[in-house]
Amino acid sequence: MSTFILTESKLDPAKAVYDFTLPAGDGWMHEIKPGQFFRIVDLEGNQAVDTLFYNAQDMSDRYSGQDTIRGQGGIYLTTGTKLISSEGNVLATIVADTCGRHDTLGGACAAESNQVRYALDKRWMHSCRDTFMLAISRWGRGATKCDITHNINFFMNVPVTPDGKLSFADGVSAGGKYVELQAEMDLICLISNCPQLNNPCNAYNPTPVRLLIWD
Amino acid sequence: MITEEILFEEVLPGGGLWSWTLRRHMTLRITDVEGGANVGLMAYDADQPLDRLNLPDTLKAQYTAKLARGHVLMSDMGHALLSITADTVGWHDPLGGHGNAALVEKKYGVATYQEKRNDWHRNAHDGFLIELGKYGLGKRDLVANVNFFSRVDVDAEGKMNFHPGNSRARDHVDLRAEMNVLVVVNTCQHPLDPNPKYAPKPVKLAILKTPPPGADDFCRNFRGENQRSFILTGRLFPGA
Repeated sequence: MSTFILTESKLDPAKAVYDFTLPAGDGWMHEIKPGQFFRIVDLEGNQAVDTLFYNAQDMSDRYSGQDTIRGQGGIYLTTGTKLISSEGNVLATIVADTCGRHDTLGGACAAESNQVRYALDKRWMHSCRDTFMLAISRWGRGATKCDITHNINFFMNVPVTPDGKLSFADGVSAGGKYVELQAEMDLICLISNCPQLNNPCNAYNPTPVRLLIWD
Repeated sequence: MITEEILFEEVLPGGGLWSWTLRRHMTLRITDVEGGANVGLMAYDADQPLDRLNLPDTLKAQYTAKLARGHVLMSDMGHALLSITADTVGWHDPLGGHGNAALVEKKYGVATYQEKRNDWHRNAHDGFLIELGKYGLGKRDLVANVNFFSRVDVDAEGKMNFHPGNSRARDHVDLRAEMNVLVVVNTCQHPLDPNPKYAPKPVKLAILKTPPPGADDFCRNFRGENQRSFILTGRLFPGA
């Protein structure tokens, strides 16, 4: 059985320089400065928060799930995990985590992958990659679909068995649990607060998350 | 009846890089010549390269963290790019990614072209960028790659373990294109290979003319998810 090590933060939400509640199904794209602390709070529990990071100076230098898990020799993200970019740079470090495990293998739901996974008539349903598309289109600055890559799913539990099976297990999160990162460079963060209604990644009940930033 | 015909073949040395556009229903056969090879691979819709290999979608659709016969490499738009129609290995790695110049220098030291000529140390990241650049693609088009012939498994705590000797001499894997597919490959060592020596292995690449998948095709019918991906792929070729 896996052990989960939980680490709390001493930062006070009342002193945050940014405090925003992101509704279920919405997108968010925002800059985070080097040294700033960034917390995502799972307000009601078992929400999946699909997240990407980019070097704000050069978006082609971006979060890489494969480089991140290989760098730490393990597939689950938690306190101490360094988020590694496609160019081998450290984007951010997870400094607190009261959930204990986050996924970076399962990717984001999409209109087309919902057709493959569930039924051909699911294309119309809201999805994370549609949220990402709208967010980067609004962001502009040359961002396109090729910048939507393999994301982190904060608060999601995707275990891999020793014989190579992948499953989507019950959530390990609960209301009020959070993950906190410290930016190691000038970052852009892109979030889709997952709207998936076809599987238990958010307990079939998408809920809001709170986003906080401290200097 | 002859059902397959080798159109051409070539040997790619260790540390080599290569790309080619497989027309729909052609097959790329990759053979491990000496044993212990590693082939990093990325794939794109040759007609619309924004439609590209997506390993998270591939893995979650087939509930797997390894690739073997029957599995289909899927794009981020729900299409079947490549079907694994034959496989004598049984485990190919979708987790480990690829190394870059810093990793190769740290593991194997410096060996420049000026000093070593074609025995210099190459790395997968630069190899992918070189081949992608030939199609107008670049850093933003890099995707999570497969490592054919390599095995990385995961224990109960999530720790990743590389298995040396996963592939033997003459092992091979067949990848049938289900649409027109740009494949970009290189033969650098797996980034988790514990061998302290720079010793990338050669592979033989063969392009085969193969029949289209029938209604009873193994990969098409491997799972309901694969059947639906084949339907979406067929819609790219209406009337064909």
